[in-house]
Amino acid sequence: MAKPASSVAKRANALWNWIDSRLPVSAFWNATMTGYYAPKNFNFWYYMGSLALLVLVIQILSGIFLAMHYKPSAELAFASVEYIMRDVDWGWFIRYLHSTGASFFFIVVYLHMFRSLLYGSHRAPRELVWIFGMLIYLALMAEAFMGYVLPWGQMSYWGAQVIINLFGAIPSIGEPLTEWIRGDFFISDATLNRFFALHVIAIPLALLGLVLMHLVALRENGSNNPDGIEIKANKDENGIPLDGVAFHPYYTVKDIFGVSMFLLLFAFILFFWPEGGGMFLEPDNFVPADPLVTPLHIKPVWYFTPYYAILKAVPDKLMGVILMGCSVLAPFFLPWLDRSPVKSIRYKGLWYKIMLGVFAIAFIRLGMLGMSEGTPAQTIEMRIWTFVYFSFFILLFFLSPRGKTKPVPERLTH
Amino acid sequence: MDKKLFTCFFSLVALVVSLPVFASEGEGLEHANVNIRDTAAIQRGAQTFVNYCLSCHAASYMRYNRLAEDLGLSEEMVMENLVFADAKIGDTMTVAMSAKDAAAWLGKAPPDLSLVSRSRGADWLYTYLLTFYQDPNGGWNNVTFPNASMPNVLWPLQGIQKPVYATHDGHEVVDHLTLGKPGLESPEEFEDTVRDLVTFLEYLGEPSEVKRKNTGVWVLLYLALFALVSYALKAEYWRDVH
Repeated sequence: MAKPASSVAKRANALWNWIDSRLPVSAFWNATMTGYYAPKNFNFWYYMGSLALLVLVIQILSGIFLAMHYKPSAELAFASVEYIMRDVDWGWFIRYLHSTGASFFFIVVYLHMFRSLLYGSHRAPRELVWIFGMLIYLALMAEAFMGYVLPWGQMSYWGAQVIINLFGAIPSIGEPLTEWIRGDFFISDATLNRFFALHVIAIPLALLGLVLMHLVALRENGSNNPDGIEIKANKDENGIPLDGVAFHPYYTVKDIFGVSMFLLLFAFILFFWPEGGGMFLEPDNFVPADPLVTPLHIKPVWYFTPYYAILKAVPDKLMGVILMGCSVLAPFFLPWLDRSPVKSIRYKGLWYKIMLGVFAIAFIRLGMLGMSEGTPAQTIEMRIWTFVYFSFFILLFFLSPRGKTKPVPERLTH
Repeated sequence: MDKKLFTCFFSLVALVVSLPVFASEGEGLEHANVNIRDTAAIQRGAQTFVNYCLSCHAASYMRYNRLAEDLGLSEEMVMENLVFADAKIGDTMTVAMSAKDAAAWLGKAPPDLSLVSRSRGADWLYTYLLTFYQDPNGGWNNVTFPNASMPNVLWPLQGIQKPVYATHDGHEVVDHLTLGKPGLESPEEFEDTVRDLVTFLEYLGEPSEVKRKNTGVWVLLYLALFALVSYALKAEYWRDVH
């Protein structure tokens, strides 16, 4: 019995060698996983990257199954979503996977971005990792916006109406531009159909390409760490960083644990709270789109509301659109705005802790105000936090070279 | 050091999140207290729905045979008790009246009720159905949805409520309602009838809700086990890293 088994193993090995000498499988695995050394002191924040990748896979898989049953037509779209919820086997599960996944994509990505601000992961030599990351974030915003239109509920329709009309504020080309985007004089079947094409083909392709570039650029210099120092500065005689551990198996098993904790939370929301209290699935979107009835209170989904609040804070429409655009684009410049000699918040003075804390609070508060009805008092508050939001970027540029720092250790601490 | 910093930061965030922005929604609504697992209540609600609602309102995403399956009824029982139109068991709950006729007769086509519990919420529906009154200016009116075009179709059960007005900031508003003429049911019985109806509407909004929650329990148990195993695996690998 032993003989045939070993001959099977021999043949399998021969096949593997045949493949590996034609396709660099083991070379790639070694370069990016087993022979790639990552800092050994990653904490909670460092789970978010692998989780973002997980959510991307969840969205693509659930999206494929949704697209098998969804009808991208103004006549049929709303009913086809209800068909998925009621008549398709496990359709409700597929749909909630996708809708919950959309919100969790942003939760994970916002935490992932905040990690950079904590430990200076966007600073040299990782500026391109950050730039590709920001491009992913922009693509994700476009993807989420167009995806939200597809169920063709009231908030799909009127949300799209408000957002596309923003382009109308641009002088002279504004009106033709909005018609070009919609493919019609108003949001219609043509708009829905093209948004479907962009949502399932164009933007996912761009996203995958950008994610690849993000990872390639990351592997070039390796990950930053909570101490914000380069582990490659201290290597042993074999050229292996003293404070590094092989990505595989150390971080693969650690990330599997992260995945299990994430899935617990994700499944809890999906199975017991899929509407997210009206934040993940809005009550108004259970009413079919009606071009003749404007909902009382139009607002975007929660992940866009910080920017929506900045838009609403400005009385002039064009100025509001410009300021909102600036608020989305400002983080692109962070690698050059932070000029502090140290990267990590651990070795920056109190000045940075306060600035970053206030900035995070401004972002969250703007998000909450963006969902509000916008009473005069709320509008004033939006203006204050908008000012705080932009002040962070400007103050960072001027304070960071001067701000107090603590001595940075040679080796990783904890 | 990081821990102190993050505790500090997260408590600040918690403070900000707790600051008010929303006018507390659902203000002044009665609690419907529906129990989506009460199949008998859903059955009674379905009976009320087909008797009083379905002549004008459709539930065009709901199939009769799905109703039979979920409510533990045979298809014959559903055909006998719940299907009045010349519908087949696999059909959806539609109405014979065309939308055009409906708009002409009632001013506005009655909305499809398949998803009304998801857009309005159970508490709103419950309160709405309990707060019809006879308007002194003629016809029906409603406290929860003033000037609604829907008449109180449940009046034979509820009786006729009359408004008692009060002056509020110089405006005359309905302060409360009194039962002017009793119906077939006592106020308590009627509240139960409406609760059953709203339970049915809640079911109608998402027929898979009970299955979803039941499945969720097993999924969470499995994932908790997976988390334990993956933690043990991680701890084993990381034992030699200092």
